[in-house]
Amino acid sequence: MNTDIAQRVKRILAEQLNVAPEALRDDATFDDYQADSLTRIELMLRLEEEFQLEIPRDDATRLEDVKGAIAFIEARAVAARP
Amino acid sequence: MTRRVAITGVGLVTPLGLDAEATWHGLLEGRSGVGAISQFDAAGCQTRIAAEVKGFEPSRYLSAADVRATDRFQQLALAAAQMALRDAGLPARFEGELAERSGCYLGTGIGGLTTLQRAFESVAKKGPRHGSSAYFLPAIIANLGSGRVSMAHQLKGPSLTHSTACASGAHAVGEAMRVIQHHGAEVMLAGGSEACINQLCVAGFNALQALSLRNDAPERASRPFDAGRDGFVLGEGAGLLVLEELEHARRRGARVYAELTGYALTSDAHHPTAPSLDGPVRCMALALRDARRSPADIGYVNAHGTSTRFNDLNETQAIKQVFGAHAPRLAISSIKSALGHSLGASGGVELALSALALARGVLPPTLNLEQPDPQCDLDYLPGRPREQAVGALLKNSFRLRRGQRLAGDGAGVTVTAARHFTRCPSFPRRQAVCRLNQRWGKR
Repeated sequence: MNTDIAQRVKRILAEQLNVAPEALRDDATFDDYQADSLTRIELMLRLEEEFQLEIPRDDATRLEDVKGAIAFIEARAVAARP
Repeated sequence: MTRRVAITGVGLVTPLGLDAEATWHGLLEGRSGVGAISQFDAAGCQTRIAAEVKGFEPSRYLSAADVRATDRFQQLALAAAQMALRDAGLPARFEGELAERSGCYLGTGIGGLTTLQRAFESVAKKGPRHGSSAYFLPAIIANLGSGRVSMAHQLKGPSLTHSTACASGAHAVGEAMRVIQHHGAEVMLAGGSEACINQLCVAGFNALQALSLRNDAPERASRPFDAGRDGFVLGEGAGLLVLEELEHARRRGARVYAELTGYALTSDAHHPTAPSLDGPVRCMALALRDARRSPADIGYVNAHGTSTRFNDLNETQAIKQVFGAHAPRLAISSIKSALGHSLGASGGVELALSALALARGVLPPTLNLEQPDPQCDLDYLPGRPREQAVGALLKNSFRLRRGQRLAGDGAGVTVTAARHFTRCPSFPRRQAVCRLNQRWGKR
């Protein structure tokens, strides 16, 4: 696991889900933090901005939890980098 | 049958305080809410002063998620709505039939302009894909002021936004009054909210030559009816009233500040730059007729009083035409002398404070009226509040009666309110008068 990417993903998720980064559990779902549809879209936009990538809409709607988001970004971001 | 409408609650967030009482007392103490602009770097602007709401913490009223998703104009409205409902003794969350019979009409002249400016800067810098936000549009659209208030309190009846520039808040209250009169709702939250102290707005009003340039003396810049007035001072804030069908209010033993009795709106349809008296004169006369009151019944006029050359002159002339021989006997004042001009919020803010004035028998002063304009020769309560019980008042609100050099096509709204004599559980007149005497000495 790329800890740098994981930390950056968690920082953004924590900010958008209004929790302290250290309180964000890896096994938590976005539902656990009462994220509504607007918040979920904003999450993806901010991840796209941070990692300079485009998350296809279908992939975005399948992302439901912290672990999944980290794995998804790791796969994309590592692949995108030289 | 037309039903009667009571004002049973008020909620205010203003440059003089974060609630109605702080605002009221600041007003009676003759304090000004105007100071140097702190919300953005105004160094390059011609006008560098404004009446800002100070120390407002949206997280006191909203969840963290809602704070992120809203513009300041919505946050101020939500705070004022919460306080107005609490003041009225109504629940924070409506349920059942009452929820379906309650609504919110909110005025805002401009909407989320500060968010719009930031979003534009972000997209210009980062591009459209990464520079935008899902929160951007919901935060800027004007109708999500009333929408957010309805959601927060589960008001499932009428929800509308009135955007008529400086008259927005007063239009919202007048239209909400009609809804209750005509059986459309039992309870309406109504008023205005505005928060556009940003570079775009100041630059725009400077281009219209509408703002005071008295940067070296901010507290003295808003001076309605004074010979030295040189434009209005941009303000911000929110003022919401709880309007309630009178019998509904009586049944639950609510305190009634005042009864809303009349409302009228007119347009000049005259000329883009030449002022006309026709609109404001007809507006006041129609509101009096709607209230079934004669000019002599009115004791106090809460003026639009913007501190621009044309508004204050025109308003004075219009009052003279409508009230005739009674005009010199009227007490008149402009709250904008202390709070600046909060555009679409001003009608709501000033009506809420007028309701308190009526209930408490104390009329707020016009500040900075030191050398009256010779053509503005009525009794504007200069400098000090006045302890005076009045039976009925009239509130003016105009739009586009603007600027130093510009004046012209105006639309007015006038609302009348009457003192209401019912059992008043916590009638605070004695306390208000007591404080007044402490501050100003017995006269």
